[in-house]
Amino acid sequence: MSEPQEIIPIGKNDLVGMVAQLFAEGYRLVQIGCTTLPSTYELNYSFDKDYRFKNLRITVTPDEEVPSITAIWPNAFLYENEIHDLFGLTVKNIAIDYHGTLYRTAIKTPFSIENVKAPEPPKQKAEAPEQKTEAPDQQTDSPEQQKE
Amino acid sequence: MKWFTMTKTVTKNLVNGPSTLMYPKRKRVFTKITRGRVENDIDKCIFCSICSKRCPTYALVVTKESKEWEIDCLKCCTCNLCVEVCPKKCLSMDNHYSPPVTEKTMGIHKQKAGSK
Amino acid sequence: MAHKNIIPFGPQHPVLPEPIHFELVTEDEKIIDAIPSISYVHRGLERLVEKRDFIDYVHIADRICGLCSFMHCLGYCQAVEEIMAIQVPERALYLRTIWAELSRIHSHIFWLGVAADAFGFESLFMQSLRLRESVLDIFEETTGARVILGVCKVGGVRRDMDAETLEGIVNRLTTMKGDLEELSTVFINDYSIKHRLAGVGFISKEDAYALGCVGPMARASGLALDMRTIGYAAYKYLDVEPMVESAGDCYARCLVRIRENFHSIDLIRQAVSKIPEGPVDVKVKGTPNGEYFSRIEQPRGEVIHYVKGNGSKFLQRFRVRVPTFSNIPAMIKVLKGSDVADVPNIILTLDPCISCTER
Repeated sequence: MSEPQEIIPIGKNDLVGMVAQLFAEGYRLVQIGCTTLPSTYELNYSFDKDYRFKNLRITVTPDEEVPSITAIWPNAFLYENEIHDLFGLTVKNIAIDYHGTLYRTAIKTPFSIENVKAPEPPKQKAEAPEQKTEAPDQQTDSPEQQKE
Repeated sequence: MKWFTMTKTVTKNLVNGPSTLMYPKRKRVFTKITRGRVENDIDKCIFCSICSKRCPTYALVVTKESKEWEIDCLKCCTCNLCVEVCPKKCLSMDNHYSPPVTEKTMGIHKQKAGSK
Repeated sequence: MAHKNIIPFGPQHPVLPEPIHFELVTEDEKIIDAIPSISYVHRGLERLVEKRDFIDYVHIADRICGLCSFMHCLGYCQAVEEIMAIQVPERALYLRTIWAELSRIHSHIFWLGVAADAFGFESLFMQSLRLRESVLDIFEETTGARVILGVCKVGGVRRDMDAETLEGIVNRLTTMKGDLEELSTVFINDYSIKHRLAGVGFISKEDAYALGCVGPMARASGLALDMRTIGYAAYKYLDVEPMVESAGDCYARCLVRIRENFHSIDLIRQAVSKIPEGPVDVKVKGTPNGEYFSRIEQPRGEVIHYVKGNGSKFLQRFRVRVPTFSNIPAMIKVLKGSDVADVPNIILTLDPCISCTER
């Protein structure tokens, strides 16, 4: 159940290089996911080989462009079109580009920063009787993460 | 033998007849824990409205002042949460489904406490 | 000089259980390209995390899909429990495994019926749905509902099964196994079925790995990918063996699913003999703060549930990556080069579950 899962944060320009290296080592692409934070988006690229799970994570602001990895893994086009349609991020040079018609929704980009209201973390209590012992450390981390 | 592979099934079908239920001539037999519809024993209810706070589809409306308890059967998804959290155990899950109705407002059932 | 035509396949088609659209570019009966198009049943379920707190969200996770309903709930609960470091009791793990394997059996029997119906073998469709009724009756007697079970919760399960019920389940499945063997023999050894399925829709092992195939589609091409060997829930105590074929065509995919049925019946028998006594749930305190990817083997392949919480009782992000979404690019590769008349068979051996794909 609790298998080791690595999450490696990298910069946007290193993305294609590291993905090509993972392809050469024999990994397979599992998914590309996106999370809306209060002022940035966080993209997760997940890979797997022999049941070892590895994640690359990049953080972008809404007006940045993300390079596409369809040159290495052609089946990434579905994930990248979905990210473009639901989150409003621009992905350059997708192999098969739907130009916004993959998800036809009533409002244009339903998951983007303007439309999603992120939940606020609870304020820090001086003493926390019913929370677990490691919760106070994680409480200090999350407001700082929210600020950046 | 390619020709007699299905003999057992064919004989069983010929002897037993159709396997569908001849409803409405024969009524369906529900099990004891089938989740059909929510019933309330209104005399035991204290109108604390814990059930309406926990309902995930907002199907329950409870008013304490006028002692009314109302459920919208078309919104209820029979998840059994209200039955589990009721402090007086006056809510129960009946094992027959709620009858079909022809308009959306006909699904709302209201119960008022009698002489309290 | 051959003339190119575009034939639309779907969204309404007699063989498709759910709407999906392919534009098939054909040249005289041979397909040279296929363009998929989804979003007919997009409900935006992932944004409902903002409105229902993480304990009530299990009811929404249950309703992502009808056939794979229990597995979605299981993946969500596992991810939340892993973030909050909750130890689920052993008896609850075994009960979850039994319900998950029953889910797999009923999904595969339903698939067998629909696939037989696609080439006109309607009597097999009726017989397999009649067999599936015994599994749905087991669900109704143990959980209260036939399709959307609503029995898994964060911290364990909501209902218990006593030893007599478990023995009854094993006996009923053994009776069903005899009927299922008869049905499978008819399906596998039939001359017309072999003629229509063998050699059709071939995908090689390297292509399947590079294009991200998961589930029975990958196992039919020789890749031994089965997430149950990781050992989530009670699978670490059971003897799991991925069923692998090497032919890579439609016939091999049918064989993989039929053999998985019998393997699931065996796993349930093993689980019932090893289940310990004890409580079935644990009280949940606090809120999730962290993230986790939970990987489960659904009847159609590997599904990933990603949960991210930041300390409040509403989750920040919930994402589901479904096996059908991952198999669509491989499906396009398979469709190129096949005949127009084979398209329904090929798409049904992929076993698409579109309401999961576009949650």
